[in-house]
Amino acid sequence: MKNIISSTDLGRKEIEEIFSLASSIKKGKKVKAIRDKVVALAFFEPSTRTFTSFDVAAKRLGLQTTGFRSEHETSVAKEETFADTIRMLSSYADCLVIRHKFDGAAKFASQITNRPIINAGDGKREHPTQSLIDLYTVLNSFGKIDGLRYGIVGDLKYGRAVHSLLSMLTTFKPRHVHLISPRQLEMPKGFLKGLNYPYGETERLESVIGDVDVLYATRIQKERFPDEIEYNKVKESYRIDRDIVSRMKDKAIILHPLPRVTEISRDVDATEKAKYFEQAGNGVPIRMALYSKILGG
Amino acid sequence: MDDTIMINKIRHGTVIDHIPVRKALMIPRILRLTEGKDTIAILVNAKSRLMDRKDIVKIENRILKDSEVNMLSLIAPGATINMIKDYKVAEKKSAVIPQRIEGLLKCPNGHCITNHDPEALTVFDLVTKSPLEMRCGYCNVSIDESEALKQVSGE
Ligand SMILES: [Zn+2]
Repeated sequence: MKNIISSTDLGRKEIEEIFSLASSIKKGKKVKAIRDKVVALAFFEPSTRTFTSFDVAAKRLGLQTTGFRSEHETSVAKEETFADTIRMLSSYADCLVIRHKFDGAAKFASQITNRPIINAGDGKREHPTQSLIDLYTVLNSFGKIDGLRYGIVGDLKYGRAVHSLLSMLTTFKPRHVHLISPRQLEMPKGFLKGLNYPYGETERLESVIGDVDVLYATRIQKERFPDEIEYNKVKESYRIDRDIVSRMKDKAIILHPLPRVTEISRDVDATEKAKYFEQAGNGVPIRMALYSKILGG
Repeated sequence: MDDTIMINKIRHGTVIDHIPVRKALMIPRILRLTEGKDTIAILVNAKSRLMDRKDIVKIENRILKDSEVNMLSLIAPGATINMIKDYKVAEKKSAVIPQRIEGLLKCPNGHCITNHDPEALTVFDLVTKSPLEMRCGYCNVSIDESEALKQVSGE
């Protein structure tokens, strides 16, 4: 394994190996430290949570980290091109973790440097390490990823984590995927063409809530709406509260890539269905497993 | 051929014949012909036995590569391309829609890295020939025939 650029780059076997290594790490099994190597965390787009997770994962393996948390900290702000920044980082790091607002940034970086690239989220579509964390959490709850019924709710138009997850699911065999969103935030048609499993689109969460095993919620951002009234209406209709939870299957779970704002009410946190904090906790072991696979060889 | 009155035969080079009328003017741009020093003849609205009217392009001292020939398929799918050596047709080729086009098209996605770094040249891969659909190798956004033509023709 060299790079992780896209959520469709990894085969099923590779994903299973990453999951099994992450499980050993979680159980406290010692993984081989990778000393004398440096990871550059190049966050052209800020994300404190993802940055910290990659940083902690690296340090727990004995890796050293360098880099920046936002574009303002780099010389890109001073007109240096992305390509030149990548070259500069490659001169002193053994692996680059890249976060960027533009589609294809990580892929382009992988063509500029021979150093391994890990995509920590770019553009509207790719966030492969988040998708690994999501599916790993599903695996830990159900013992499987195949054959389950998924419900993805929220911003399906711009949501990077959602697009990445749906792409990674094409490597598996979900029984059905419900795509639940307001019309103005529905999944782009071009994206749907790439899916190889049964799916359906709906605006109404209530109509499918009793059917799903995995409910994946995402944030609906205010900026996407022309006015506050429209936003509030949509926000309310997709809010996951105790009433929604009571209509879910016994064993169903709720995931969320976090940060959550109001889309899941806080009294849901105490229910057994709430797996989003466990999901967040899987970030470090999954990313440790990835570093080991890429740099530990 | 009627055009012999207007343009001399070339000794070495490439003759692109049976180009749809007025499409020949786009060819120097697509093949980046004006960047070199070769003599280029562009004949518009020539009489043709096969077509009513046609365009012809002659490029002296340059034999087109297959990848260049294939680029022509975007604007002139029926064109015949003759490679000339010592005033004779040494090889005939026809334009086939390429599997990949690099550096020519612009990605319509404003958030694609190819629109934000001077070194990130576009790569479009063929999805379907008819209707034409080509997909950006960086962001997966597609271009259809009318968009490709619009860009190639510079309109
Ligand atoms: Zn693109």
